[in-house]
Amino acid sequence: MAINKDLIAASSTPIVLAILADDDSYGYAILKRVREMSGGRMEWTDGMLYPVLHRLERLGHIKARWEVADSGRRRKYYRITRSGRSQLAEEHRQWQAVDATLRRIWEGLSLPAGMASAAPLPEGV
Amino acid sequence: MSAVLSLEEQIDQWRSYVRRRQTIQSGDVAELEDHLREQITALVDAGLAAEEAFLVAVKRMGNLDALSREFAREHSERLWKQLVVVSADSGESARVRTDAIVAFCLAVAAAVAFKIPTLFGLELNGNTEFLTQGGGVYARNLSLFALPLLTGYFVWKRRLDIRTYRWLAVAFAAAAVFANIYPFASGGETEALAALHLPIALWFIVGIAYAGGRWGEVAGRMDFIRFSGELFIYYVLIALGGGVLTGFMALLFKAIGIDAEPFFTFWLLPCGALGAVLVGSWLVEAKQSVIENMAPVLTRLFTPLFAVALLAFLGALVWTGHGVDIQRNVLIGFDLLLVVVLGLLLYCISARDANSPPGVFDVVQVVLVVSALVADAVALWAIAARISEFGFTPNRVAALGENVILLANLAWSAALYIRFLRGRVPFTSLERWQTDYLPVYAVWAALVVVIFPPMFGYI
Repeated sequence: MAINKDLIAASSTPIVLAILADDDSYGYAILKRVREMSGGRMEWTDGMLYPVLHRLERLGHIKARWEVADSGRRRKYYRITRSGRSQLAEEHRQWQAVDATLRRIWEGLSLPAGMASAAPLPEGV
Repeated sequence: MSAVLSLEEQIDQWRSYVRRRQTIQSGDVAELEDHLREQITALVDAGLAAEEAFLVAVKRMGNLDALSREFAREHSERLWKQLVVVSADSGESARVRTDAIVAFCLAVAAAVAFKIPTLFGLELNGNTEFLTQGGGVYARNLSLFALPLLTGYFVWKRRLDIRTYRWLAVAFAAAAVFANIYPFASGGETEALAALHLPIALWFIVGIAYAGGRWGEVAGRMDFIRFSGELFIYYVLIALGGGVLTGFMALLFKAIGIDAEPFFTFWLLPCGALGAVLVGSWLVEAKQSVIENMAPVLTRLFTPLFAVALLAFLGALVWTGHGVDIQRNVLIGFDLLLVVVLGLLLYCISARDANSPPGVFDVVQVVLVVSALVADAVALWAIAARISEFGFTPNRVAALGENVILLANLAWSAALYIRFLRGRVPFTSLERWQTDYLPVYAVWAALVVVIFPPMFGYI
């Protein structure tokens, strides 16, 4: 199941912020986490994560720092800021409102069987 | 082992490919590379061969065009800035900084060199006659303050070998001798001509250093033409800025009752003008790959306008039947016209893709060159009829000689261009002709400096 591009773009901010709210992280690990949490259904083009991260950094929601990883390579880590946390809370409220609205609408509709429930999770990534 | 090596090579290739994107800076490339390597490691752990893992990882990274567009949307300022500023974490920054420091030191050296003759009692006469007493010496030697240093900059930057280096030094020494041994009549025509032509001849020497061993190639000389055009534009811009600065300084100091004008005339203006040659050159070098060259852009704008203006002139000439009114300086005016047309042609050529087929703009270019040639021929005809009446002064001979040289250059260019339009010759033959012709200008300028003064009795 391919998720619409606009939906991916709209959900990228809360997803990234939520992952970073858990702990500091870097690009590859964030993507890995997204794949795990969505059961592989949220397929982001890898490179596209970075402009998102840079935008959040410009807005002051996250802060970047370079560190040397165990492999000896330099790695850019991101940390959520106070403004990022309040942005996350705000996004959370908004998404809950959208979610609640959709739920109520879905309940009123009689969808064909199979579409109402989520598609089975594919194995692995 | 060889597989690991080839993977490294592949990553190297990928990195240099990504780096070419203007909107993706070196820090971003490092970040993306870390991601790529992590991805490859994970895929290899999952059982893929290194090569397959690389391909999959690159594919997952996404289309590079789309990615750089996305970066551009987020970092739109990167399409604008990047002038001299180099991102702090790139390995190139040290080299760029050394470059800047050397260029600025040489600029200061040029400014200091200009004031050295005053130590020996030679004062620049700043009043009205620039070409009198000390002023004449300064005018003749003006190019010798900045151009040897600029040549030195390129010798250093291109790491020229000692043999070329020695010839360049000999050329400058010879220039210094010829600029100073002749007993010029004060404020005479030959002195002014020598002062005007020495920089042209020496600019050729700068070109040899600039090309750094590639002077023999068409591409090397063409690069020098591009460089000259960009430098000219930068110089004009710097001069405008300098004008604004001096204007404000004069205003401010006048407000507190200090006349700053002597300082401007004797220090700021000449020292700034000489230093700007070096700073401008460094700027052109530093950002040649960053920003679109301006000379071809201006060429595109003005070629059609000049073509229309010249056609209108020729039309009016035929319609009214007026002859060209031969004033004393009309020949110099037509020389300048040909120089402008040559410039438009050169910078059109310099920016044109030699492989693209003839287009509308090429036709406009040919119309421009041909109409300039016709206009000049009309003027030459009118002058030739009365040349004996005017007499052969140094100025007139120089102007006539330049006109003939320019005419020959443009006429053959027009012929080649027309043949290119008709598909007879490749565009590169036009490039070759233009770049091969450059030494003619230098030789002529050198002749005016060396031969004219004794020929005309130093008047």
